Amino acid sequence: MSEGVEIRFEGLAAGRQSGVRLPWRLSWRPVMPLLLAAPLLLFMLVFYALPVLSMLMRSVNDPSWTLSHYASLPGDTVFLKVFSNTLYTSLTVTAGALLLGYPVALSLVRAPRYAPLILFLVLLPFWTSVLVRSYAWMVLLGRHGLINEALLAAGMIDRPLRILNTPLATQIAMVHILLPYMVLPIANALRQIDPSLARAASGLGATPWATFRQITLPLSMPGVAAGVLLVFVLALGFYITPAMVGGTREITLSMLIAQQVDQLNWAYAATLSVLLLATALAIIAVFYRLPGVGHTLRASAR
Amino acid sequence: MTGAGRGASVSLSNLERRYDRVAAVAGVSLDILSGEFLTLLGPSGSGKSTTLMMIAGFETPTGGDIAIDGKSVVAMPPYRRNIGMVFQNYALFPHLTAADNIGFPLKQRGVGKAEREKLVREALALMQLPDHGERYPRQLSGGQQQRVALARAIVFKPRLLLMDEPLGALDKQLRENLQLEMRRLHAELGITFIYVTHDQEEALTMSDRIAVMNGGLVAQVGRPEDLYDRPGSRFVASFLGESNFLPAIVRGVEDDIVVAECEGSIVRALCPGRPATGEKVMLTTRPERIRFADGAFASTAPQNRLSVTVTEAVFAGERCRYMLQARDGTAMVLKEPSSAAIRRRAVGERTEIAWSVADTILV
Repeated sequence: MSEGVEIRFEGLAAGRQSGVRLPWRLSWRPVMPLLLAAPLLLFMLVFYALPVLSMLMRSVNDPSWTLSHYASLPGDTVFLKVFSNTLYTSLTVTAGALLLGYPVALSLVRAPRYAPLILFLVLLPFWTSVLVRSYAWMVLLGRHGLINEALLAAGMIDRPLRILNTPLATQIAMVHILLPYMVLPIANALRQIDPSLARAASGLGATPWATFRQITLPLSMPGVAAGVLLVFVLALGFYITPAMVGGTREITLSMLIAQQVDQLNWAYAATLSVLLLATALAIIAVFYRLPGVGHTLRASAR
Repeated sequence: MTGAGRGASVSLSNLERRYDRVAAVAGVSLDILSGEFLTLLGPSGSGKSTTLMMIAGFETPTGGDIAIDGKSVVAMPPYRRNIGMVFQNYALFPHLTAADNIGFPLKQRGVGKAEREKLVREALALMQLPDHGERYPRQLSGGQQQRVALARAIVFKPRLLLMDEPLGALDKQLRENLQLEMRRLHAELGITFIYVTHDQEEALTMSDRIAVMNGGLVAQVGRPEDLYDRPGSRFVASFLGESNFLPAIVRGVEDDIVVAECEGSIVRALCPGRPATGEKVMLTTRPERIRFADGAFASTAPQNRLSVTVTEAVFAGERCRYMLQARDGTAMVLKEPSSAAIRRRAVGERTEIAWSVADTILV
């Protein structure tokens, strides 16, 4: 075992010190920190990467090697409807989170006195399980839920609105759950803007709105792009919330995958999974190329 | 005062800025004339930057008033004051090119695109950066960024330009070049400049007048040579240039000259007031205005003389710097222009020094 490890890390160590010719022997120093992560890497390989891979492989080797599962997708009306519905849901959720999240991020940065409280409120959803939060939304949005009861009591409606089990319910609940992923990268980008820039703009004659439009907003775009990326990609694969509060007709790709697995239709489920994964990776690849996005993502992970 | 010239006049009356109990600016009254180059000079924490920020409108005074061309601007937001401002770190907008940075204040004022481009081109040419318009701030050197910041601050033809230690981050050579450029610009534009710095040499080189600040107050205002030759307080004497301080006892007053006893000798000094006989006072004189007076030394001007011992001799190129000790132990510094023809003094040598009464000030 150690023999194999030695040879692999040799190249890594030599590559780091470019220009310096290392003698053909092992330099342990840069290797040690990597070895610390080895148990976890092994665990992930055996219990995550391999099972996922074997599951995804079923899209091309079930029952035998074939691409027919993919070839039939463009003509599959159920798939097309579900896929477009998934993209639409992710888009509206992302837009909603952006509209609600940007002002929150701004207040987080502009009102440092209240920042701990605002941050606490933003992060609160993180400390509760998605399941609990989705149940909470069922209670709130239901036919006899808090919202309907309140509207009825106020005399604003005559009979309960149908909110639960509609796309709207899914969107509301998902915006709530994904909001922190929008707020934190934007707040991080805003925090990195030199405060003297806004002063300079104001001194040069820009009204507060013009300063926001021409200075703050453009300089926070890397954070916006990072937040949009995170929320959109996470929304693509959301399962529990749409399954619980969403309708049975307007299903998402993850719900369709779950259905197919229930029916032991492994090849179709695997094909859809690959498609979901590929869509997410493609979006990440595009966004990572935008200037400043990668940096902001890494910074907000700290 | 009204705005007769191209520059605005600024009047600060009893201006005050307190944070909780601490006063950053503790009551500053100052009249800045139209077209003047006035420098606020002081150590960090003296309130000079806070004063400037209040004039610009980024800080709100807790007391007193600021009037520009006779009109109070305290209630006016910064974006309506029409003041040019250069920040210490330049504060260039990183996502805009040099040309767009310079065009920014014009855009806010609704200047049309063609006119804007023309004015930006002129400003770039004035700053000797004609080919740098399409570059982003990060692609410019420190000195070029400084020039773009300056161009942006004057392109909309404000009548008042504020500068907050604009040369602080640059190296010495560049700083000296830009100092001269600022003077030239000031003469060319004819507008009022208010400049903040902690660098006394910069203040002496560029300003029409200097307001020396200390502890949130103006210690003294005047032309550079007046402040240097006749400092009004011990603080001004030591902050602006180097000074020797001699403790003395007043023995009498002749016209506006004080006769005092210092180190066992009689010394005369200029004094605006009339100190009482027997009062303990402090006299000050500049190191470069003292001469060794034991050789062939002759002067028609009234002189003060002291016997001293040389305790340290340092050759510093253009001049020699001597540490001296008077009889009762007071340390003094003497700077002598260097020359191969002048005998260098040895440590331990006992000698006489002399300096003009006109260069001796009671503080």
